[in-house]
Order: sequence, then C-alpha cells, then structure tokens
Amino acid sequence: MRELLLCPPNYYGIEYEINPWMSRARGAEAALAQKQWERLHATLSNLRCEVHLITPQPGLPDMVFTANAGLTVGRKFIPSNFRHKERTGEQPFFAKWMEQLDYEVRWLPENLYFEGEGDALFGGDALFCGYKFRSDIQSHRALADILGCLVISVELVDPRFYHLDTCFCPLPDGAALWFPSAFDDYGQRAIREHVTGLIDVSPEEATHFSCNAVVIESDIVLPEGAPKLVRTLQDRGYRCHELPMSEFIKAGGACKCLTMFMPQRESAL
Amino acid sequence: MVSETIELRGHIIDSLILPKVLDQILTHRANFKIDEIKIGERRADQSFARIEVSAETNEGLDELILRLRQHGAEVIERANVQLASARADGVFPRDFYVTTNQQTFVRFGGKEIEVRPAMINSAIALDRKKGSARAVKFFDVNKGDEIVVGHQGVRVVPVQRSTTHTDLFQFINTIVDADEPKSAIIRELGQELRRAHKAKGKIAVVAGPAIVRTGAGQHLVRLVEAGYVDRLFAGNSFAAYDVERALYGTSLGMNPDLAVARGGHENHLRAINAIREAGGISAAVRQKILTRGVMYACVRHDVDIVLTGAIRDEGPIPGVTTDVIEAQKVMRQKLADVTHVMLLATVQHSMAVASMVGPAAKTVCVDIDSTAVERAVEHQPLQSIGLVTDVEPFLEDLADYLTDSRVRE
Repeated sequence: MRELLLCPPNYYGIEYEINPWMSRARGAEAALAQKQWERLHATLSNLRCEVHLITPQPGLPDMVFTANAGLTVGRKFIPSNFRHKERTGEQPFFAKWMEQLDYEVRWLPENLYFEGEGDALFGGDALFCGYKFRSDIQSHRALADILGCLVISVELVDPRFYHLDTCFCPLPDGAALWFPSAFDDYGQRAIREHVTGLIDVSPEEATHFSCNAVVIESDIVLPEGAPKLVRTLQDRGYRCHELPMSEFIKAGGACKCLTMFMPQRESAL
Repeated sequence: MVSETIELRGHIIDSLILPKVLDQILTHRANFKIDEIKIGERRADQSFARIEVSAETNEGLDELILRLRQHGAEVIERANVQLASARADGVFPRDFYVTTNQQTFVRFGGKEIEVRPAMINSAIALDRKKGSARAVKFFDVNKGDEIVVGHQGVRVVPVQRSTTHTDLFQFINTIVDADEPKSAIIRELGQELRRAHKAKGKIAVVAGPAIVRTGAGQHLVRLVEAGYVDRLFAGNSFAAYDVERALYGTSLGMNPDLAVARGGHENHLRAINAIREAGGISAAVRQKILTRGVMYACVRHDVDIVLTGAIRDEGPIPGVTTDVIEAQKVMRQKLADVTHVMLLATVQHSMAVASMVGPAAKTVCVDIDSTAVERAVEHQPLQSIGLVTDVEPFLEDLADYLTDSRVRE
C-alpha cells in the first residue's frame, strides 16, 4: 500500500505571487478549494493508499502543496530548501513531521535551493530533476551523493512550468507523459534518451496541469480538462480519475503538487 | 584573451550538461580547453570535467561564467600574483618573475590583467591604481615599484598557429640547411610578404653589412622600391658601407665588381665624413650627395630607418643611436607593430631584434652561419624559418619573385 502525505487547505489562499499563475487579484475560493481537496483526498484513499495528514499552519498558505516538502526515498527524507522566503517557513514543520515518523532527515547544504518532489521524480532507473526556476542544479549533485543513483538534470525554460512535476510525469511502465517545450533542447534530448514511450501532452492540455498527476500503479489521478491525454492513457490500459482543480491551479498547482509520496521509491537503485 | 577555469561535476554526460556548457561557450564567441575529464564508469558514477574558458574581454567572460554557473559550473578561484617592492632604482626584488615574449596575464584582485608589452627577459611591474601591468627592464624600474615575484597568478598564452590559411610558417617552422633547395621556400615567402603587404602588415628588415659587401644591396633596393620594406633596422656599419658603396663604389675599400680593390679604408672614412658634413643621410639625399644605394632608396620611399651603433663603429653617421639602453627603447618602440621580420646576415642585430619582437610576428632568418640561424630562430619557435645561405642569392630570388624583374644595374 502506497503512503502519501497531504495537508488540509485550512489556510490555503493566494497571499503572494511567486509564479506566473498566482494573482492576488484573482484569489482562490476557499469553500470550493476545500471541496476540491476533499475529493482528491477521497480519491487517493479509495486507491488503497494510506494518506497521512500534516497539521496545516497559519501564515503558510502553500503548505498544502506537500510535494514541495521534500523527497522521500526508503526511510530517508531530504527536506526542501525553498528559493522564496514566503515558503521557507514550511521547512521545519515538514522536517519535524517526518522525523516523528522515524524518517532519517538529511538536509542539503543551506545554500542549495531544492524544492523536493516537485523537482525530483524517479522514472525508470534514474531520478529526473528539474532546475533553474526553483531548484539549483548543484542540489542535484548533492542528491546523487546521498542517494547514489543516476540523476538526470533537465533545465526548465517556461516559467509557467516552474517545477518538474508540472510538465513531466513518469509512469510505472517506464514511459512518461510530458510537455516537451517546457524543457530546453538538451533537456528534451536527455529525456528522450532515457525514457521510452513518451506521451506528448498538447500545449492546451498542459496548461490545465495535466502532467501534474498522481500515479498509483494503473490509476492516474489528474486534473480535468485533458480529454485527449485521458484517451491516450486509457488506450494504454490506465484508469484515469479526472478531478476539478481550478482553485489550486490559480496558485500554480494541482493533484501532484498536493501530494508527496512516502516514499517515492523504496530504494534509489 | 582572459580566462577562468571551471569545474563541472555530476551526471554531466547523461544530462548533456557538458555538451550544453561547451556549446554555450562557443555561442558566446569564447573558447574552451578541457584540462581534465573523468567519465564515471558505472551508471550511477558521477563524471568530472575541468575546463579553461577564455574570452576576449573580462566583461564577456563574467557574463558567460554567470550563465555557466546556472548549469552547475563552479569557478576555480585562482590565486593573485605575489608582489614585492623594488628596493632601489634599477634593481628588481629577488625571485622576480622573468617574462617570455609570449602573451602574459597576471591575476590581481580577482581579475586578469594583460602584461603589456609582451617582452622577453623583463620583470612585471603592477600598478594597483591603474589596474595595469607592464613588462619592465632594469632601467625602467624605480625604488618602490611593485614587481611580480614567483610564478603564482601568472598565466602565459602561447601564440596559436594560424588556422585561416596554410602558410609557410605553419608547416615549416624549421631551418633549411645550406645543402637543401630554397627556391620553393623563397617563393612561398614572397607570397606571404605579398599577403602581408596587402593586409597592411608591417615588414621589417634587419640588415647586416654583408648585404652591401656581397653586392646584394641592389636586390634590397628593389624590395624597398616595391614597398616590401616598412622599417629598416641596421647598425652604423651597414649604413656606412652602403654610403661608401654609393659614393665610391667600394665597401670597406673593396669593390664587389672588381677582383682587385683600391683605396683601402680611406673611402670608408671619407664617405662617413661626407654624410656628417651634409648633416645626415636624409640631408645628403636632399642635397643630392647620396643618389643611390639602400639608404637612398629608404629615404626616397619613406622607409623608417632605425640605426644603432657598436663600439668599433667609425663615425658615427648622424642619426645613429649609440646609447645602448636608448637603442633598446627605440628598437622596441619601432618593433611594436611589426608583423614580419627578415633577419639578414647579421648575428648580433638579429639576436637583439628576435628577442624584442612580439610573439605573433613571423620571422625569417638568413645567414651563412648555421649557428647564427639556429640562435635567432629559437626565439620564435612556432613562427620562424631559417635559411642557411649566402644572403645575396636569397635577396636576388626574393626580389625577382616580388618585382617580377631582373636586376637593372
């Protein structure tokens, strides 16, 4: 049974702007956000997942996006070092929480920005890591030192897709769905060389955060608004669970951003 | 060119970070040299590369490095040069750095500063206020000047061989011995001089008295007339022989056209006296006293004449610099923009010029003595050719090729 970490959206709201999606003028509707999050929680719980809930904290509206808590591999938890000071307050809460659950907390050097599972996703036998907007490429090397696995660093070039999990989603069969133009040419080539059976997501569907999906074996939980992608995935034998995510997309996140695997992999190799 | 050394670590091959960084260097019109590379053997092994990045300007390099840092490049901090003050005028601190004639940079305050001029057998004085570094000779140094000591923070950039066209100097860089054929090389040298002349390069000739004594002066005159000589470096004796030949038909009493000489040393001294009386070579030309010969041709064709003296000189002829330190300064100044040098039949003068000429200048040394050729050529190992031969047939062939004519005399 997969274990996941979620954070109830009690204090969620758009209180600052740190990506192109966020606009304080166009805030999230609290009641609707709550409803959408509860539906995600219920969907994941029904997929034989054990969902842990961290206590939300006032003044940390983005704590709901637990994918950015850190990266969990086996019993190791590598907490994030957020680039934006608005989110750094989340770090101690996540670290303490994981420590209480007996995870070995391995901090990266303070000067290296790293935003957790949002920028670090296992696919095949490699850990794919995004860099530039939020995480530093130097943090990838530190991850490789800790985990001892192959780390493929890919540059993100479209500010709308500022985290790797907004434009890349590995599948259990070794394939992945992705939005190619979110990466530079070298990143695209590196991904093509290491992933077989890539599914290109169209620009219209990518902007609905379709790549921001939670994959639990053959079940894929993704935001609604990507009928073409859903058909492709169904043809490949996946069951798709399309959820309304409008209130979270306003902050630049969706299903995957709201979820962290505990762990993402049992072992890095 | 200024440079920094960067290091890349991690899965830089699988992630294509290494090719990306190298491509970015080239697209920013900078260059790289991979100093060291270690590729991980197993899949999970990280790789490592140390790369020297060089760009035209400090600003361009800074901007590029900033970009490369985004891709994980770490800049290796280089140490600054060490400095010591000169204790007295004309005395360098002990352990002073001795320059080569190659382009040299010193690192100070985290920046690279080019040492100007590139001058062999000098020390380097650093001016903190101006942020400049210059090569200095003993006579240039004053008490308290800050001089580079040791090798730390000094970087020497050897001249790159030409890659734009396959020229003589790129492939030969060697000495053609007395018993080897020379006409093909002289032809290629002629082509090179033509290219240089067209591209407004500066051609210098360092002329020994043997040119006059062997009767080769007339061929040098043809080169001057055709515009292939921009500057003439010679000693007092060359000028005196040439003038004697022009005025009396002899050089040091010998007439190259006659088997038996008449007049002895007398003519030599009378010729010098005539020039002294006229007030110098140019004045003698103006007064129509001097109407032929190499010096005459140089005056008529606005060739810059740089004459320096020696202890045994007679005269000297007016215009000859006899103070050796002053002579060094003048020669350096007149050699600064020279692109091609022909060192013809003079050992001491050739050695002096070869040690002062810039590292990018191309040098041809012609002498009958193979040791003299070897010694002159070794100053410019990548850009020089030596021909062991009598200077007369050499100049004749070269002048024939470049002027497409036979001797008029």
